Amino acid sequence: MSRYTWAPGYCDDGDRPQIVTSRFKYDDGYSLERYLATGGYAGLKAALGRTPTEVHDEVKAATILGRGGAGFPAGTKWGLTPQGVFPRYLVVNGDESEPGTYKDRLLMERDPHQLIEGCLIASYAAGLSQCFLYIRGEMALAQERVATALNEAYAAGYIGKNILGTNFSIDIVLHWGAGAYVVGEETALIESLEGNRGMPRLKPPYFPAAIGLYGQPTIVNNVETLSNLPWLLVNGAAAYTAIGTETSPGTRMIAVSGHVKRPGVYEIINGTTTFREVIYGEQFCGGIRDDNELKAFIPGGGSAPWFLPEQLDLPFEAKMVGPAGSMLGSGAIMVMDHTTDIPAMALTLVRFYAHESCGKCVPCREGGTWLMRIMERVVAGRGTQRDLDQLLEIGQTITPGQYPHAASERLGIAAAPFPFKMTTICFVGPSAYNAVDSALTLFPDEFQAKLMKRTSIPVTAVGAGS
Amino acid sequence: MTDIPVDPNEVRLTINGHEVVSTKGEMVIAAAARAGDYIPHFCYHPRMEPVGMCRMCMVDIDGGRGPMLQPACMVPVAPGMKVDTESPGAKRAQEGIIELLLANHPLDCPVCDKGGECPLQDQTFSHGPGESRYVEEKRHYEKPIAISDLVFLDRERCILCDRCTRFADEVAGDALIHFNSRGNDTHITTFPDEPFSSYFSGNTVQICPVGALTATPYRFKARPWDLAQQESTCTTCSVGCRTVVQSSRDELLRYMGVDSDPVNHGWLCDRGRFNFESVKSPDRVLQPLIHDGTEFVPATWSAAITEVAVQLRAARAAGGVNSIAVLGGARGTNEDAYLWSRLAHEVIGTPNVYPQMGDGLPADVLLLDRATIDQAATASTIVLLAPDLKEELPVLYLRLRAAAEKRRSRIIEFTPKHTGLSRYAWRTIGYEPGTQQSVVEKALADPEIAAQIAKGDVVVVAGRANLAETTVATVAALRSVLAAAPGSRVLPAFRRGNVVGALQVGMRPGEGGLDTRSVLQAAADGKIECLVLLGADPLADFPDTDLARRALAGARRIIAIDTFLTQSTQLASVVLAASAYAEKSGTTTNLEGRVTTVAQQVSPAGNTRPDWMIAAELAMELGSDLGYDTIDNVTDDIAWHVPGYEGITAAAIAAATDGIVAGAPTGIAPLAPIANPIGERNSYDFRLVVSRTMYDEAVGTATSPSLAHLATPSMVHLHPLDLGRVGTTEGAAVKVIGSRATVVLHVVADDSVLRGTVWVPFRHSGANVGDLIDCTAAVNDVRIENI
Amino acid sequence: MSRLNEANVLHAKEIIGRYPKARSATIPLLHLAQQQDGYVTNEAMAHIGELVGATSAEVLGTATFYEMFKFEPVGKYLVNICGTLSCALMGADELLHHAEAKLGIKAGGTTDDGLFTLERAECQAACTEAPCLQVNYRYRFKVTPADLDQLLDDLAAGRLDGEVPPHGTVAKVRQHIPANKAVGAVPPESVTAPPVWISEAAK
Ligand SMILES: Cc1cc2nc3c(=O)[nH]c(=O)nc-3n(C[C@H](O)[C@H](O)[C@H](O)COP(=O)(O)O)c2cc1C
Ligand code: SF4
Ligand code: FES
Repeated sequence: MSRYTWAPGYCDDGDRPQIVTSRFKYDDGYSLERYLATGGYAGLKAALGRTPTEVHDEVKAATILGRGGAGFPAGTKWGLTPQGVFPRYLVVNGDESEPGTYKDRLLMERDPHQLIEGCLIASYAAGLSQCFLYIRGEMALAQERVATALNEAYAAGYIGKNILGTNFSIDIVLHWGAGAYVVGEETALIESLEGNRGMPRLKPPYFPAAIGLYGQPTIVNNVETLSNLPWLLVNGAAAYTAIGTETSPGTRMIAVSGHVKRPGVYEIINGTTTFREVIYGEQFCGGIRDDNELKAFIPGGGSAPWFLPEQLDLPFEAKMVGPAGSMLGSGAIMVMDHTTDIPAMALTLVRFYAHESCGKCVPCREGGTWLMRIMERVVAGRGTQRDLDQLLEIGQTITPGQYPHAASERLGIAAAPFPFKMTTICFVGPSAYNAVDSALTLFPDEFQAKLMKRTSIPVTAVGAGS
Repeated sequence: MTDIPVDPNEVRLTINGHEVVSTKGEMVIAAAARAGDYIPHFCYHPRMEPVGMCRMCMVDIDGGRGPMLQPACMVPVAPGMKVDTESPGAKRAQEGIIELLLANHPLDCPVCDKGGECPLQDQTFSHGPGESRYVEEKRHYEKPIAISDLVFLDRERCILCDRCTRFADEVAGDALIHFNSRGNDTHITTFPDEPFSSYFSGNTVQICPVGALTATPYRFKARPWDLAQQESTCTTCSVGCRTVVQSSRDELLRYMGVDSDPVNHGWLCDRGRFNFESVKSPDRVLQPLIHDGTEFVPATWSAAITEVAVQLRAARAAGGVNSIAVLGGARGTNEDAYLWSRLAHEVIGTPNVYPQMGDGLPADVLLLDRATIDQAATASTIVLLAPDLKEELPVLYLRLRAAAEKRRSRIIEFTPKHTGLSRYAWRTIGYEPGTQQSVVEKALADPEIAAQIAKGDVVVVAGRANLAETTVATVAALRSVLAAAPGSRVLPAFRRGNVVGALQVGMRPGEGGLDTRSVLQAAADGKIECLVLLGADPLADFPDTDLARRALAGARRIIAIDTFLTQSTQLASVVLAASAYAEKSGTTTNLEGRVTTVAQQVSPAGNTRPDWMIAAELAMELGSDLGYDTIDNVTDDIAWHVPGYEGITAAAIAAATDGIVAGAPTGIAPLAPIANPIGERNSYDFRLVVSRTMYDEAVGTATSPSLAHLATPSMVHLHPLDLGRVGTTEGAAVKVIGSRATVVLHVVADDSVLRGTVWVPFRHSGANVGDLIDCTAAVNDVRIENI
Repeated sequence: MSRLNEANVLHAKEIIGRYPKARSATIPLLHLAQQQDGYVTNEAMAHIGELVGATSAEVLGTATFYEMFKFEPVGKYLVNICGTLSCALMGADELLHHAEAKLGIKAGGTTDDGLFTLERAECQAACTEAPCLQVNYRYRFKVTPADLDQLLDDLAAGRLDGEVPPHGTVAKVRQHIPANKAVGAVPPESVTAPPVWISEAAK
């Protein structure tokens, strides 16, 4: 048994339950042979031995929270498809692009059969006609591994007509993208899968579960969400909910990046594990690099408002993190130590979202780029107080009202809770402002320090009064 | 107390404190607009699917869970909903959006065509923040690029509202302009070397909320505040789209579409939008002309009228009233046609009056139960026995295309050549000219088609798909459809602007009178002493050119009333200078019988006069006072006397926004069909199909500089698989040999043409396909030979 | 330049056949075109439009939305250095500057020999391995300037030919659905009943 050579901090300490990463310890965890040898496709067999409704009920009972970012329970989502409307489709969201997020790619590269099995179980339970596995375009290895696994599984009779001799038949089609973060948003994903520009559709009025791919009911689920299903079908909902808390059962994968000693992807227990444990725990990241001081961390990917050391003891529980002013998002913690140039780092995120705007909503298309221009100027030391004010003004246009942020004793501010209002269709617009708001709210002095020394330019009086 | 039945689709909501009654499915923005609460917007357009792109229409909507900022263009009304369009939150959002929109928008308003009528400018004033804090570099693009022959795009001004692109895709079906790139780099483009050559491109200019799209004929011509305007009707074809005619300093400058719900939904085709240029053409006939034997000499009106009266009297003396004929009248107003028909029938006394140029269907089609455009566009089944509507009745094409695209209707098309609607048709059934009836009957026997027809609610669009055959087979096919689908309605696809009106108000043969073909035959036989061409050009428009030529040579005297010296009017002894549309007012009748106004917006060019006035003066000269002082007298007289026009008075029309649909005509004598046995096609021959296209040598197009160059030269189109049979290649010149003449044309491989047939567009420059058409033959066959 | 060649047209048809609507194959076919020519040509886009039933303008609109499609020739190796937060925290900027100096081009440029195109990329989903980069979408993790030098030298010398295909090819393994196993894609409008296992379970 050799460790995945570069597997990011993946650790197998034997104590923690492993629901989705159990095969990461094998170099060949992606092969059908290894998969079958380690209990693969038992979940599918278990499912096929029961009625679709029973399988669906099991998934509902487990309350598997969606891992794509919104955290909506998978079983409930499947149940939102309108009665009696067919065909229905499954679209697997493997477009993982949220800054800091890194787990779906591992699941596809290291254990593609587990994902395929999850797709089959979902398709069986929800009565789906076809499944599309949308993999991010830049992930060559994941595409190859999934393609190989699909080819093997077709040959072995796990996919296609009359699976394992039953009347259950489904095709899983590998589809791959071409580089656009916003396509991770489920309605944009559907547009992209239809061959269009990946611009989100407005919802309401319609959610994909009602009107999705080709106007038909469509379930969009994240790779990690579906990868939980094989284990669930083998071990049952009771075993699943025994892990974690009632509102956040099971485990989840967390990528921790930035200034920690052992950055990596860890499968942690949902609901109870705290940020402190993950960042400082010996079995996880082992603390800040060079034993530096923690300055700030982002708890849920580039779109999440930032936390300070004060929030370290919060657990991975949406109910707790929301009121504290942020969100869990897609399982990504980015850690910044005391050496970090906060405005400069915030700029990288603003640049990301400005670059990834689909261009549909004016606030995002124009506002995102404007924010970026101002931030560039500020970071370069040419900003003025007026620029800082303007950042907030643009923020007000994109997300009117109070934007969530963490509490800070030092600054004497209380937490502003999640969520926020927005004038855009999807979250890319607000996300472009997110880092600006966190950085400006929590580290105002760092911006002040960067402003142009001379804040007003003397002008010879012309115009009014002269 | 009786219960007032509640409409189950009715939705009551509150907008800015007052109750508004709306219907299920209506968007908040539309409900608010009806209630007089304007919600600012850019991307929303009532005739297109909402996209929610500009975010300008954000208002506070309380659907039961507290007010939330939501785009009013995307939220459907719901019972009990409370909408506040002016809450502080909404105002802040609107100001913010304007600021962002202006961030990259060049402030070149003083030199922008849109300045003064620009939604962005107006909303900046009404809903904007009052100052811009944007100090960054704006987006830069190469200055305006031509995206088509008629439209320029200035990408710097574009605010990416998706209106033009949605129009191109959703409404016109020509998805040739599209977004390119992403995010802040997004801009509109066409594919390299594939311009936005849509027949409907001008609409994008009209719906652009900024000055990003401009049209050649209007660019830099005027400032909006200098424009005077009136509502009118386009009479380029018989759809009768509602327009606004705009002028400045007595010069026509622009036509815009008006959103008439039953007719054009705001759209115009480019020909209708831009051919007003011909009104200003320097080639117009500006005063009466009398031919002195060698050339035309300008004359006074009284001299010309006297001369015409002299000639008419001489003709009557020489050959009796039956030797006088009046052709035309479909290009004028109802009033023009009515007075001319009175002049012809009552004063001159001739029964030989006809407005169609041998390119329509027999007038008795109008006696059939007539459908409106709306009925056609909502019918379960639309049967097409018609020309290519995209080419000839373009906005009707848009309406029927939408019917198919929105899955309201299924189109069953019978056609000798694939048309613009074939893509959208449920069934396209090709036929070789002459075989319509058997092909239709065979199709009707198909169980699926029969089941579709049996659902009822069938509208048949009937017109002339092929000018190189008689109408016999088409009329027979029409009768077969009507027999199979009793109760269906017919929408006549007659093409000239006011042909239905002209026929109905009296421009049709009296007892024993002749139609156009018979008049021309009589003239060719030397039996016509005086041929009056009322805006008619048989040499150009009558399919059988040879007959037209012999007729004009054989007519002893020709009198023309026209706006231009055409091929035919050049042969006249007197030309009376007629006023054009926009230079005269009155009413017109479209193909569904809808009577609407046409407005005089500029003074008549030179010394021209409207047709009706000319008719009245001629009557006077001939000793009869028709008794009208004003155009309204004539309109009212039509309402009084013409069956079907009861109540359609000048006052009534002025009050009716969408016009008034006239009743069915009476007294149209069914024309005796001329039975012609159809010969078998010799297997070496091709059956000839001839029809018109949007841009040809028609006067209105040829004299409008922006459009004239869009007409292509005449070519012969063959199915690609027939090229080998002839042994020719695309682009090669071939001889097309008919029974009477041979013309040389270049070959186009065209898979919309059926095998065994060839298609040649009518009235294009170069060799004249009319030379190959014998209008007495049931069908015309040609041989193709290499040179 | 070129439309899809015969082999690729066959492949394209196979891909189209997997979707209920042909338009869905647009992006996969654009990849195919890019694999054929190294970038997406106008002719290929027009050809794809014909194959999937879209106008060329629509295909262009779709293609230009996505980062990976190039419309002009790029280097044999496209080097994407990630610059988003996690990588920026770990020195992505220095790495990019180093690459610019080493290759003598600015980000966005291509070396004169046509071997390398350098880009500053956004988050590549390898944040824990920062700073990271991709060469023709093959990852390199925790890249130091020395690693980068080595990588570029190896690529230039052809030592990585087996591992890194020329620009245009992303996945080297493709899905193939065996005809005898395929359920087959049907247009949504021709499906109205629930799948058999649902209807039979309901009985
Ligand atoms: C801007 C944006 C980007 C997103 N990107 C991803 C992504 O890369 N992967 C993903 O699984 N979900 C992403 N999501 C969430 C999806 O919209 C969707 O909620 C998710 O795929 C549903 O799957 P789940 O219920 O299994 O979480 C994104 C959402 C937004 C608004
Ligand atoms: S918020 Fe941005 S990315 Fe999202 S739909 Fe609007 S413009 Fe596109
Ligand atoms: S009008 Fe509603 S978003 Fe543009």
